[in-house]
Order: sequence, then structure tokens, then C-alpha cells
Amino acid sequence: MNFQKSLKATLLGASLAVIAATGASAKTLVYCSEGSPEGFDTALYTAGTTFDASSKPVYNRLVEFKRGTTEVLPGLAESWEVSEDGLEYTFNLRKGVKFHTTSFFTPTRDFNAEDVVFSFERQLKKDNPWHEYTPGAAWEYFNGMSMPDLIKEIVKVDDYTVKFVLNRPEAPMVANLAMDFASILSAEYADKLAAAGTKEQLNQEPVGTGPFTFVGYQKDAVIRYKAFADYWNGKQPVDDLVFAITPDAAVRLQKLKAGECHVMPYPAPADVADIRDDSDLTMMEQQGLNVGYLAYNTKVAPFDKAEVRKALNHAINKQAILDAVFQGSGQAAKNPIPPTMWSYNDAVEDDDYNPDLAKEMLEAAGVSDLSMKIWAMPVQRPYNPNARRMAEVIQADFAKIGVNVEIVSYEWGEYLSRSKEVDRDGAVLLGWTGDNGDPDNFLAVLLGCDGVGGSNRAQWCDENFEALIQKAKTVTDKAERTKLYEEAQVVFKEQAPWATIAHSVVFMPMSSKVTGYIMDPLGGHWFDGVDIAE
Amino acid sequence: MFRFLFGRLGLLIPTFFGVTLVAFSFIRLLPGDPLDLLAGERGISPERKAQLLAQMGFDKPLWRQYIDYVAGIFQGDLGTSFASKKPVLDEFMTLFPATAELALCAIILAVCLGIPAGIFAAVKRGSIADQAVMGTALIGYSMPIFWWGLLLIILFSGILQWTPVSGRISLLYFFPQPTGFMLIDSLLSGEKGAFLSAVRHLILPSIVLATIPLAVIARQTRSAMLEVLGEDYVRTARAKGLPPSSVIGLHALRNALIPVVTTIGLQVGVLLAGAILTETIFSWPGIGKWLVDSISRRDYFVVQGGLLLIAGIIMLVNLIVDVLYGLINPRIRYN
Repeated sequence: MNFQKSLKATLLGASLAVIAATGASAKTLVYCSEGSPEGFDTALYTAGTTFDASSKPVYNRLVEFKRGTTEVLPGLAESWEVSEDGLEYTFNLRKGVKFHTTSFFTPTRDFNAEDVVFSFERQLKKDNPWHEYTPGAAWEYFNGMSMPDLIKEIVKVDDYTVKFVLNRPEAPMVANLAMDFASILSAEYADKLAAAGTKEQLNQEPVGTGPFTFVGYQKDAVIRYKAFADYWNGKQPVDDLVFAITPDAAVRLQKLKAGECHVMPYPAPADVADIRDDSDLTMMEQQGLNVGYLAYNTKVAPFDKAEVRKALNHAINKQAILDAVFQGSGQAAKNPIPPTMWSYNDAVEDDDYNPDLAKEMLEAAGVSDLSMKIWAMPVQRPYNPNARRMAEVIQADFAKIGVNVEIVSYEWGEYLSRSKEVDRDGAVLLGWTGDNGDPDNFLAVLLGCDGVGGSNRAQWCDENFEALIQKAKTVTDKAERTKLYEEAQVVFKEQAPWATIAHSVVFMPMSSKVTGYIMDPLGGHWFDGVDIAE
Repeated sequence: MFRFLFGRLGLLIPTFFGVTLVAFSFIRLLPGDPLDLLAGERGISPERKAQLLAQMGFDKPLWRQYIDYVAGIFQGDLGTSFASKKPVLDEFMTLFPATAELALCAIILAVCLGIPAGIFAAVKRGSIADQAVMGTALIGYSMPIFWWGLLLIILFSGILQWTPVSGRISLLYFFPQPTGFMLIDSLLSGEKGAFLSAVRHLILPSIVLATIPLAVIARQTRSAMLEVLGEDYVRTARAKGLPPSSVIGLHALRNALIPVVTTIGLQVGVLLAGAILTETIFSWPGIGKWLVDSISRRDYFVVQGGLLLIAGIIMLVNLIVDVLYGLINPRIRYN
């Protein structure tokens, strides 16, 4: 039954597109994406590939990141005010914003406060009829960002005013609302689906206010969008946007070279030089908002001593890692946040590579004949293209100071789960890619006391550090927050719960005909404002 | 004949239950679960994980989950994908025609080239031509699919620009796909050039997927032909003055085909396994890649449902081969 329905809807969409395609020569931008979206209801998922295909082209949020930065700008909210106690955020909504008209839905009203309340309450309230509308609806990002603990209630003040009431002050709140899970859906569309008994379509056929209207998805093959003529921020320079799903990096490059697509993400590191030499292609690059690290278990001896951790950090030759693992697409990390993030403390001095000093420091700490495990991730991640290789380089470095290393690895899910254990044996290679451009998203999540036994893989809970990051959460003045985070980075460096390894560089090859593409430090792929030269 | 057929059908029942059990336990034996992977580096609290597992029914004892799964199969319900939130059967029905189309083209190519190549090598036994054919077959059999596919793409799509790089049809075409078979749908669409575009997109993936079965069929045909060509009745046919084409084409080939048909039947499994890599290289939206992605996501229902459906197809094809075998060789059905 469902199959028939979805087939019917696809056919309808397809017929419309065929009609449209027969019009005047349409300008089509083709993006060779690296994978298939899991669905189109952004808040259900956590993968960037899904966000690229759903929240970015189809939806808007109350606030948006300024393209190419992590600065927050007005989106569907024209302005906002924060109460003095930091507990109430009042958003004044933009008027005259249209939802997409598609083959499966025709809106009868403009965007208003109902849509905002619907988009969040379905994630927040367990008794909301949309909370479990599809099997396994985990709202993982919303929960992962601690929103259920943070948000007390969401109040519709009037049609164009919405108030978020919080349980505690949270300075990164506005930045959180620019994230993909905070995309605004149409409450009217949801009501229509509920009435028709086809709620699950919300995840298959999206309706938003964004720059592109969803036209159709052929699973694992092609996603089609049309520029939304009534987009509140102006119509797009291209008429159509097509995602040609191409999982293999070498094949993506061949398609780009053959002119079958205009933009591709994630080239293989070995192809970077070749792409740079190709005059028909342009290679954009940007420092990724990420960090790769080696987290010691600070709860287990002898790694509970800062001197031991510091000594080991002096034994790691980061340049060798950058050469062997990143092949020129990385930068040595000295802080737990990347240099492109505000409040990055450039005054912090890194632990230089000095095996002799490392040996002396270990002896001074009374440690000899040390054997340890290093965990190497089984997968490639943006912050670490080859963890096994990285572990081997560190193993060789530690051998030079008499530390014997055994490299261990587990299946990825198991790795993530076991590495959280407080009594874990060994230091873990892992990393992080920023969600919202706020330092709190790195420092509190990865090193805060609440994260012990969870995302804080060093199991490190330092009083001074914690006091600084907690205070920074409650202050809204950016200059003051910057000072607090800078201080926190100094404490981090002294205590060395991690060996900070590298921040990677992200490459984006495209046809030299493409103009207006701006790389996103948060790793997303946006196509509004992108044009193709004739 | 009916007794033979019922005997074969009877064997399918225990095989079916065996497959459900293997498919069910296989994915659960793998470490990790979908929630850890969904939460990623951030992690998920044990309480919340337990709550979500219960919501999906994974807190029940394994035997209970297995019974629910088998009961679901009999009602046509293979569960819902954790990732896409769509019924597994719907996803399979959407993707399977792409795999079937590719596999059919590949097997037709393998049979059409493999059997004549095998006959040719057998007839020219010991000659340079024989060694060349068998050497090529050996190379084809040993070729890593991934490397072979990329090589062809770089040569034919990149340098010569004769074929498109990947996909099922040019992005210019967007029409309803009632059957899911692009060759048929492109014809039905009536759009100028669509069918040709679909054919051009099929060429490279078909060659890549056909390579191993082609090599196997050629080698099997050669050895079966050699055996038959040495038989007394072939000598008799030759002695009574029949032209070589009749001796080889009528008398020898018919008997040599018996083991070849079995081999072709067994290639279905090879094709489906090869489809996983071929589909990845050529961005072919079929069930191979779907299943591999689902295994890495620990999408339990997709893996157990997908494996069952694929095993069902292999069982069906093998049943057809058994029946064909019985038709070709009367001794089989009477025994």
C-alpha cells in the first residue's frame, strides 16, 4: 500500500518535472554527492549527508549561520531579544514567508509561530502526536545538544512572536537554533498528512521555506530540486539543483572531469594535486572546524598524573603524522578548538617534539617500563583520515622513549561505546567536528565534567576548567566569554588530558564555471547563491 | 516430473527456515548497534539507549524477536528500516529492478560470449587460440572488480569519452518508472534518446559484472565440451560424415550444456555478490549497496529482510535450474 502511494507521488512529481523541463533551457547545477540521505525530516538524523540533502536546500531556521562563517544572522526570525536573566529568548518572526507549493502540497497560509512551535514541540514533548510518528524516531541531535533539559517551554506569544523559556542560562542557545535539527517545517502540511493517515510522508516528501523546492528522490540515485520562485531571500541564479549520488571518490572525480557534475565533495587525498593541475577545475579549501586528539584515561594510573601525560605529549612528532596521515591536508593542533573558532588562544605554546625531554619527564614522574594501549578507530573521519597509521606513528614515537604501545581497535559502534567507559584501558584516538561554531560545543562537550563516562573520553574533570566553562555558558557578552575560554585553554594545556594532534583541511573541487560557492566551516554543502557561468 | 518438482519444493521449506535463522542471527552477532552509530562521537546515555531500544522492540528476548520476525514474514511485513523509516519490502521493491536489470544484462553477456569462447577453445584444443582464450578467462576471473571498473571508467568514460561515467540514465531524463527497469521505462517514456542513454549507461557495469561469470562459463564449457568430444557417439557422428558444425552444435553441445547450465545457475549468487562492488563504483541504485550500507549502520530489519529476499531469489533461480536440468537430462527426473 505504502509502496503504491510513494510510487504514485513520485510519478506525480516526475510528470511535473518533465513538464517544467520542456520549458526554456533551464540552468541546472549538478552536485555529485557522496551518499544517500537517510530521509528528509532533518531532526531525525545526525549525518551531514542527510543534512546536505534536506535542511540546507529545503528548510530554513529561525537564525542562520552567515555563509562561510559561524556568525549567526537572522533567518526566519528577523530579530530576537534575550531577557536579563538569560532564561527567555523572544524571536520576532519574518512576515510574508511562503512555504513551497509542490505536487503533494499547496499551502494556504504563510509561515507563522505555529510552525515554530510544531517544529520544536514534536522533538521536545513525549506526548506530542508527532513525537513517535515514525519507528525509531530518536531526535538524537536535539537530545544530544541537551535541549530537553534546557528548554522549559516554547510559547506562541502571537502569530509572529515566539518565546523560548529555558531552565538555565545557556549562552550558545541562539547558535544551537541555527543547527540543522532546528529546521522549521510546515505545521499545516503536518496536519494534512495526519488527517490523511500518512504521517510518514513528512520524512519522504519535505515542504519547507528554503531556497529550493523538493521535486523527487530516486533512492540511491538522484535527488531533484527546483529553485523556489517565492523564496523570501530572493530566487536562486540556477533553475534546478540535482544531487547525483556517487559514493566512490575516484568516480566522483571522473564525473566532474567529464562534465557530468559541477561540484563534488571529499576528493581522495591522492587526487588533490591532480585536481589542482587541471585548468578546467577549481579547488577550494578550508580549515575544517574540527580536532583530532589522543585522549588519555586520566582516571587510570599512571595517566592520572599530568606530568606523565605532558611527557608523552612531548614524545609525539606531529609533523611526521601530518606527513604520513594527512598528506598535506592538515595542521598541527595545540588547542582543543580549531584556530578558525572565536576565542582560540594563539598565545598557548604547544608541547614541542622532544623525546629526550619526554624521557626525562617520565623518569622524574617515577614511571619506567610503561606499557599502554592506543585505540585506533576503524573508520575514516574528517579529523583523522587514517587512525591505524596515526597510531603506528605514535607507537614508533613512544618506543623511542621506552614506552611500549599495543594498538587495539574495535568495530566503530563498539569503539564509540567502549571508549566511553570510565575504567577503559588505554588512550583513545578520536576527534570532533563542530556543530554550531560555539567553543562551548567543543570544550564543554568533550572536556566538561558532565561528559565523564560519555563524550569526555579523557574522563577528565578539572575544577578550574569546569568553573571557567560553566561561567562562560551563563555570560552573554562575547568579549567576556572569549576571555574565559582563552583561560580554559591554558588550563587544558597545563593539565594535558589529551595530546591534541591535528585539524584537517577540507577540499572542495568544482568546475571552473561554478561561481558563488562558499565553503562552510561546519562542513555542510550549500547551493543557494551558486551560479554556473554560460 | 511432478514428483521431482515437489521433492525440490519440499527442500525449500527447511532452507527457508535456515535462511531466516542465519539472517536473523548474523546481524545480531556483529558488535555495535544502530544507536551508538547514530549518536556518533557524542555518545548516548545508557538510560536513553535502553529506552530507545525498548521503543524499537529490541529489549525483548531474542527468541521472541525471532518469532515476531518469522510471523511478520508470513504477513508480508519485513519490518521498517531504522535509517529511512520505510518498510523494508518497499525499499527492496524500489531497488531490486536496478540490480535485476544489471544482473540480467551481465548474465546474457556472459552466456553469449562465454559459451562460444568455451566451444572455440575446446575445438582448438592446445592451440595458441585456446591458450589465449583460457588465459584471458583466467585474467578475467582473477580481476578485482573494483580496480577493473575504475580502469574501464578512466579509459572509456574519461579518456575516450565513449560511455557515461556512472548512473542509470542521463540526468536530463526524468520520467515515471513504472517497472523500475530503465530499458523498459525509457522506451515507455517516449522521450527521444532516453533508451539509448540507458543502454550506454548499462555497457560498462554489465561488462564489469559479467567478467567473472563469463570466465567461469567459458572454462566450464571448454572442459565439458572436451569431455563430450571424446565420447564414442561424437566419433560415430563424425565417422558417418556429419559436418563439423552439426557434430559440435547438435550432438556435442547439447550434452556439454548440462554442467554449464548448473554453472550458470550458480552464477546468480556470484552476480549478486559482484553487484555490491559494481553498484558502488557505477553509482547504481541497487540492492547490493543498500545491503552493505545497512550492515554498516546495523539496520537490523533491512539486513535480515534483504538477506532473506536475496536468498529467496537464489533459491528460486536454483529451483528453475534444477527443473531445466531435469528437462535436459531425463536421468535426473527419473532418479
